Amino acid sequence: MAIPKKHQDEHSSFLAYKNYRYFKLFLLLCIVSTTLYVWFDFTPARNGGTWVGYTLGIIGALLILWLTFLGMRKRWISQGRWSLKGWTSAHVYLGLSLIFVATLHTGFQFGWNLHTLAYALMMGVIISGLFGIYFYVVLPRQMSANRGEMSQAAMLDEVANLDRMLRDAAQPLDDIYISKVQNSINKTKLGGGIFKRISGRNRKCTTHAATRFFREELRRADNITHGPLLDLLSVLERKNALLRQIRRHIRFRALLEFWLYFHIPLTFALLAALTAHIISVFFYS
Amino acid sequence: MSKTYDIAIIGSGPAGLSAAAHAAKRGISHVLIEKAEHLSDTIYKYQKGKHVMATPDQLVLRADVDFEAGTREDILQIWDKQADTAKINIIYNAEVMEISGTKGGFSLKTKSGKNIKAANVVLGIGTQGNPNTMRCEGGDLSHIQYQLDDPSAYFDEDIIVIGGGDAGIENALGLCADPDLENRVTLLQRAPDFPKAKSANVKALLAAKNDGKMDVITQATTSSVEEGFINIDVKDGTDRLPCDRIIARMGSAPPRKFVENCGVEFSSPDRLAYPVLSPSFETSVPGLFVIGALAGYPLIKHCMNQGYDVVEFISGNVDLKPADEPLLAAKFNKLPGQHSVSEWLEFIRTKVEIFQALTPLQMREFMLDSKVHIKKSGQTIFKRNDIGASLFSIARGHVNVHINPDDFSKTVPIGEGEIFGETGLISGRKRNATITAAAGSILVETPRNAARKLISTVPAVKKAVDRIATERQLLQIFGSGLTREDLRTAIDDAEISTVKAGIALITEGDDDTDIYIIQSGSMVVEKLIGDKPVFLSYVPAGNYVGEMALFEDGRRTASVKAAVKSEVIKVKGAHFEKLLSENPALKDKIQDELADRRAMNAYVEGQKSNFSSVADLHGARANFLIEQGLGEATDALLIDETLCIGCNNCELACAEAHEGISRLDREAGTTFAHLHVPTSCRHCEHPHCMSDCPPNAIHRAPDGEVFIDDTCIGCGNCQRSCPYGVIQMQKTPPRKPGLLPWIFFGIGPGPGQASEKWVKKKLATQKNDAPKKAVKCDMCKGIKGGAACVRACPTGAAIRVSPEDYLSMSKQQREAS
Ligand SMILES: Cc1cc2nc3c(=O)[nH]c(=O)nc-3n(C[C@H](O)[C@H](O)[C@H](O)COP(=O)(O)OP(=O)(O)OC[C@H]3O[C@@H](n4cnc5c(N)ncnc54)[C@H](O)[C@@H]3O)c2cc1C
Ligand code: HEM
Ligand code: SF4
Ligand code: SF4
Ligand code: SF4
Repeated sequence: MAIPKKHQDEHSSFLAYKNYRYFKLFLLLCIVSTTLYVWFDFTPARNGGTWVGYTLGIIGALLILWLTFLGMRKRWISQGRWSLKGWTSAHVYLGLSLIFVATLHTGFQFGWNLHTLAYALMMGVIISGLFGIYFYVVLPRQMSANRGEMSQAAMLDEVANLDRMLRDAAQPLDDIYISKVQNSINKTKLGGGIFKRISGRNRKCTTHAATRFFREELRRADNITHGPLLDLLSVLERKNALLRQIRRHIRFRALLEFWLYFHIPLTFALLAALTAHIISVFFYS
Repeated sequence: MSKTYDIAIIGSGPAGLSAAAHAAKRGISHVLIEKAEHLSDTIYKYQKGKHVMATPDQLVLRADVDFEAGTREDILQIWDKQADTAKINIIYNAEVMEISGTKGGFSLKTKSGKNIKAANVVLGIGTQGNPNTMRCEGGDLSHIQYQLDDPSAYFDEDIIVIGGGDAGIENALGLCADPDLENRVTLLQRAPDFPKAKSANVKALLAAKNDGKMDVITQATTSSVEEGFINIDVKDGTDRLPCDRIIARMGSAPPRKFVENCGVEFSSPDRLAYPVLSPSFETSVPGLFVIGALAGYPLIKHCMNQGYDVVEFISGNVDLKPADEPLLAAKFNKLPGQHSVSEWLEFIRTKVEIFQALTPLQMREFMLDSKVHIKKSGQTIFKRNDIGASLFSIARGHVNVHINPDDFSKTVPIGEGEIFGETGLISGRKRNATITAAAGSILVETPRNAARKLISTVPAVKKAVDRIATERQLLQIFGSGLTREDLRTAIDDAEISTVKAGIALITEGDDDTDIYIIQSGSMVVEKLIGDKPVFLSYVPAGNYVGEMALFEDGRRTASVKAAVKSEVIKVKGAHFEKLLSENPALKDKIQDELADRRAMNAYVEGQKSNFSSVADLHGARANFLIEQGLGEATDALLIDETLCIGCNNCELACAEAHEGISRLDREAGTTFAHLHVPTSCRHCEHPHCMSDCPPNAIHRAPDGEVFIDDTCIGCGNCQRSCPYGVIQMQKTPPRKPGLLPWIFFGIGPGPGQASEKWVKKKLATQKNDAPKKAVKCDMCKGIKGGAACVRACPTGAAIRVSPEDYLSMSKQQREAS
């Protein structure tokens, strides 16, 4: 029973949405704005003050407002035929078209002023967006391969489980050993600040230290302690591998978010600068 | 000499209790016999604090004990009190083991050897049955229990759980869930593996074993139990384990055997069958009555009404109209002519062939679920490709089937007394033709669940429906070239069988020529390339396989095996060889229609030497998806992990579109070659979840969505029946502030499913005694734009697919590779 098509969407990446519809629109916008700029606008100078300049400026400002609206669209689950994939596709390509629209709007008149600040902020948003696209295209495959069949919650459950096994395995051993294991159980940190997350490792990981320690101890162990130490080490090695997997997972997630820490605040700065830019143009010129 | 009661009522569930209360009210001498030490053992065993519901709403309660929706505790308390004040004569701790004698002089023997005499006996023992008990030496020791109410109640014990079904596994996992309790848990299973349990449970069990949380011993049987120890026989000898407590979960014996031993006939050998009853609930044994869940009425209100009614019937009030009479009358009141409900029921029963074997009580029951339609000549009943799984019966008039979608004037008639719509019912797939009324008609439309129940419990109905389905399928395969008469012998010879998943119907290279019609389930077609089977296509129910051999040189060119458990009709090839040789024009026509399948085979054949890895991957992926339930899905959510950025916007959208609870768990589930099947409903073609829902709250919507309506009573049966673990039992969370206040002022928890912490905090300030209900994906039924999860995915990773589109290697793929 094929279900009604309304539930289904083509299976394609957002970049290829509807056979590159918005990429085509992007090309069109670039060509149109370049044509306008080259053909129609000579006097007194090419800048925002001419009619072409105004037109490009208005298009650019509207585009920015619309691009900002994505933050809302993403979370506003209203009824209707919209697809966020389509919106993202349009966002990316129309966002990029601003490079043409806005640059030509400036007529290349840059200076140390508010207007250029707005322009620079916009370029900042766009460049951070390009990083985002890069991560969106490259990372999902790696993240999926790393995760396998485990969900994040399942990985964390598994850590707790291994901790329990560690506790049992440490029981027959001396106190100095037990305190090392305790360190692994109580002091292993996952996550942390954004840079720590992005690095994907933790140099001071107590589990890692404990593993190295026990590997060394095992080499020196006598017949009696060899067995229990081996048991303990095998659990530790499992935990260590799992922690590495989790840190990689956290790293991918952080990278997929990281660029937004620039993209979004810069967007708000841009909106403020853009408002100031428009007001100053209308009132002081 | 002990006294002979007028009525002995066995079982103090809602049915038995209500009967006893009414007998007490009318001053009839009675006794209520209950095997537990309290009333209503089934309800007593509900989870603590469970909200019990009083559905169906439109049905009035006719009983001398009160019942309205409320908590389990409140209801039991009220019943205890009212049983007391009504002076019901109850004997507790008395399990009836045997009923002998005849009307006027029945004799009941209880487990403790007591004898009770009664003129009439009412059985209200429900369907829960008795847990199988331990029969070995020491099997009666007090540390053996058959139920586990609170797994966290034990500390530092050696606990043995016996039985590898879902109940045993869930108990064992529950007991070792909290390591701080330091229990040492061992699960014993008689078989080498766990065929009866859900695969998710088995996985969890094996994981717990690997992690050393518990022990699992398979191929183990208990030889004896003593204080502190259990002795078991294992594969290679015997063993003796320390044991403080035994939890035996070895399944329960359904009460059918006991009831049959009393001489009562059942309608069929089917597991779902009920006793044959007269309209006054009397069984084939005069004076012996059956009411409640055992009679096929699984809701408390029904049970209680029947308790009242049966006492009225026994005391001679045979004209009493059942409490559902007004509901039935409402169904018939738009029909022409002034007839009573029983006249209409009799009219339908005698007119429609498949209903002729039904008792008046069965007629009543399925009519309660059915609708009656009056159609004028020319009116459409349903259209081709509509989704619908109800069965229509023609009580008066006849209809036309428009067999050719391109030529509306081409029709085949279906006459009075016949049925139609059975294909959707059997295969769970779309309507395959438009049907219009050919004259003024009276039609009875029976929804899928009621119709399937009828088919599985009344053998005569099943036989009639199967025969009709076979005939129509064959007519469809061979187009209009043949008549029913031509097919008669082929159909008489046809055999229906069930094929287990993975079993081959047709093996490549064999020289049989039988044709198989797939009634339910689905098949995969494979071809051996080298010694590797290569996946060719997926064939859903409602189609047929095996016809190629009739036209080729008689050798099977590919293998066909069941993707999931399927039901097929085998039609002997010899009949067709004869038909086709007599009818060369027909042969040519069919050969044309097979061109595509042949092209596919030829293509694969031609690629033998360098069959591309693309096809290999496709096959491996298809097999993976079938394992994940896509073989029986109609629409499933998949996530392409090469695109998924893990933003969880899909879950957020689902929660936003559905009262704050996400019906999908993206991360959970399995992955193969970057294709992820999340935990989310597959909208199965024959939804397992529907099979045992007391209020019949699970339906298939016109667009194919399987959904749960608000009559859900929260019993959790569907959650247990769904093999894919997609149903949750949840309370509707409190309302959140809107999106704008969150964006601008940070008010509320933000979009998506609110955290448990927020919900808890919010609930502390407001009352919420809403019951827990079953929650699952409804494919965004009724939401414009369709599936919110798919619409809200920013990258295109989340897609909904139907298996036949997705699994079969399409023409384009063939051309591309
Ligand atoms: C988890 C769960 C939740 C449910 N929730 C609801 C709900 O919210 N609303 C609703 O309407 N329905 C609900 N149901 C269905 C409802 O509980 C049953 O259909 C109903 O209890 C059946 O009533 P009954 O009287 O026929 O049998 P039961 O209630 O099963 O009672 C049978 C009684 O007979 C006794 N008995 C059995 N054999 C013998 C014997 N040989 N001798 C003596 N005594 C015997 C048993 O101990 C028991 O007390 C639920 C069912 C379950 C399992
Ligand atoms: C001036 C131009 C732009 C503005 C004002 C802007 C603004 C925004 C905003 C407000 C969001 C929502 C973030 C959130 O709430 O999660 C967003 C998301 C995003 N932007 Fe931009 N953006 C701009 C240009 C670009 C460009 C040029 C690209 C790509 C090259 C880009 C790529 C993205 C992507 C990939 C997302 C995330 C979509 C998602 O995950 O839902 N943006 N942008
Ligand atoms: S809930 Fe489970 S059984 Fe029911 S349709 Fe969905 S996947 Fe199938
Ligand atoms: S289709 Fe709708 S209900 Fe189903 S998982 Fe997606 S959003 Fe949720
Ligand atoms: S919305 Fe799409 S990209 Fe985001 S988690 Fe869901 S499937 Fe992945």
